[in-house]
Amino acid sequence: MPGKTSRARAVVAVWPDAIHHALKSQGVRQVSYVPDAGHKRLIELCHADKDMTVVPLTTEEEGIGLAAGAWLGGERAALLMQSSGVGNCVNALTLAANCAFPLLALVTMRGERGELNPWQIPMGQAAPDALRLMGVRTMRLGRAEEAGATVAAAAKLAFEGHGAVAVLISQAMIGVKSFGDKP
Amino acid sequence: MRSAELDRRKVVRSLLERRGALLVVAGLGSAAWDCTAAGDHPLTFPLWGAMGSACMMGLGLALAQPKRRVLVVTGDGEMLMGLGSLATVGVQRPANLAVVVLDNERYGETGMQKTHTAYGVDLGAIARACGFEARIVRKSAEIAAMRSGVYRGRGPLFYQVKVTPETLPLALPPRDGAYLKQRFREALLGGKSTA
Repeated sequence: MPGKTSRARAVVAVWPDAIHHALKSQGVRQVSYVPDAGHKRLIELCHADKDMTVVPLTTEEEGIGLAAGAWLGGERAALLMQSSGVGNCVNALTLAANCAFPLLALVTMRGERGELNPWQIPMGQAAPDALRLMGVRTMRLGRAEEAGATVAAAAKLAFEGHGAVAVLISQAMIGVKSFGDKP
Repeated sequence: MRSAELDRRKVVRSLLERRGALLVVAGLGSAAWDCTAAGDHPLTFPLWGAMGSACMMGLGLALAQPKRRVLVVTGDGEMLMGLGSLATVGVQRPANLAVVVLDNERYGETGMQKTHTAYGVDLGAIARACGFEARIVRKSAEIAAMRSGVYRGRGPLFYQVKVTPETLPLALPPRDGAYLKQRFREALLGGKSTA
């Protein structure tokens, strides 16, 4: 069924656009990130958006502080990272836990499906539990067509439920970094 | 190395008296106690943890409130834990942000162990290399110029204030983080604070 396949490809290609739209519609004004290939298009969309202040970070925990400061000042922030960055955030997450600062993190998963870099596996596998141990609610995004709705729901949970929420974007949805390996 | 003569409590009091619309983030430990000793205030957010986050909280606040002046007051140990945030601020270059590091060259809350600055690591040079206008403050006579920069200078500004290493009486702000957050938002945002 070529029609269905091309439609599926189109959905896969635009899911970062759907996330960008969801962030905008939820009033997110500050977007911080440590880059991941899975966030490449979303990062570009945010940089191109004049209504968003985009803050590249040196380490993911900076984004927790930034989001807390933004909220003190009346703005909503989102934090983009890959799963290896979750470990860098652990102590900073006390801000969310103690102060009920909203946090919206979008985490692209490594080390869970078809990973070709074994060094990504320990933190990738531990990332969901590490987040939950620190009181972060996790939502799984595994289907491209659900990207917009899932991120919008996560934003509501964070900003209206005054909590820390991480959307875990499945590696199966992003694809596997190849390192030139033959399958 | 010259010995530091400045009293950290007097330095902070000089910065925070007649503070007008200034927004303040205080790093954990002695810097937060110093700010509280100068007068607990709803528009001061004192950290009790999340070490290394003060500068980034100041950045998020400065970006959200570009018409207000934002001051981060923190210690050398707290700043050292978040050195990368100086580079991150350097990318954004917020004109309304000043960072004041009270540098006693010690971890004051854990037994006065030496920090990296005691061994010669130059915080001001790091901040300058990241794009801050950075100054070192050693004498009382230099405080007025620092105050002027904090309230009117073009940021990002960085002041490394060499202060006497001493253990002072505790002056503790409220501990309830949710309360500290909400009172700050109410004071700053009024009716929009619960949105």
